[in-house]
Amino acid sequence: MKTNDVIFQTVAKVVFFMIIFFAVHLFFAGHYYPGGGFVGGLLTSGAIVLLLLAFDMKTVRRGFPVDFKWLIGLGLLFSAGTAAGSLIFNVPFFTHAYDYFQLPLFGKTSLHTAMLFDLGVYLVVIGVTMTIIQTIGESE
Amino acid sequence: MIETVLQLSLLLLAVAMIGLIYRLVKGPTIPDRVIALDAMGVNLVSITAVLSMLLGTSNYLDVILLIGILAFIGTIAFAKFLEKGEVIEHDRDQ
Repeated sequence: MKTNDVIFQTVAKVVFFMIIFFAVHLFFAGHYYPGGGFVGGLLTSGAIVLLLLAFDMKTVRRGFPVDFKWLIGLGLLFSAGTAAGSLIFNVPFFTHAYDYFQLPLFGKTSLHTAMLFDLGVYLVVIGVTMTIIQTIGESE
Repeated sequence: MIETVLQLSLLLLAVAMIGLIYRLVKGPTIPDRVIALDAMGVNLVSITAVLSMLLGTSNYLDVILLIGILAFIGTIAFAKFLEKGEVIEHDRDQ
């Protein structure tokens, strides 16, 4: 029996972008407000899980043509690279640096190297969650 | 005044939660329990909102949206499991 869930698929297409934008907001707000890399990554993988529920594994894999195991390595590289980059400037391991910049669209913005570490956490969380869910969902 | 009203509404939401827990434990069929869980998520959203007003902070507003999204995804997953028997299909066109 073929099921036809038009309502669910249409809602999922819209809600996917709402969840993704909320996750990006949580990720960038993490320095001054509740949020950060962990919740942002978890919510991003929640959005991809919603697409997995609405469509199937093959369609989602065509939409996101990345092997999620590579994201774990990339995130660990970002985090370890941020920690080790402080050694170049002759300061202890994990020393962070920040400064204020005049960006064209945002105005006066504080850029912090802790953001790069958080980006690593974000990528690792997405990679681990999606690898677990795809591996369990794949087995018949 | 406003504090008393907020505490009273918290009490009423807790009473509603007890009713939902009764339906969750007693519910004769599984869809009854799923509906009760979904309504508990919505109830939790309102409890968080009242609590953040009572504590006078706006830091819980992210939690409200988060609970809403998670309750939605969880209910969808349960409904799909009840209808098709599997949550994530490999290829739905065959």
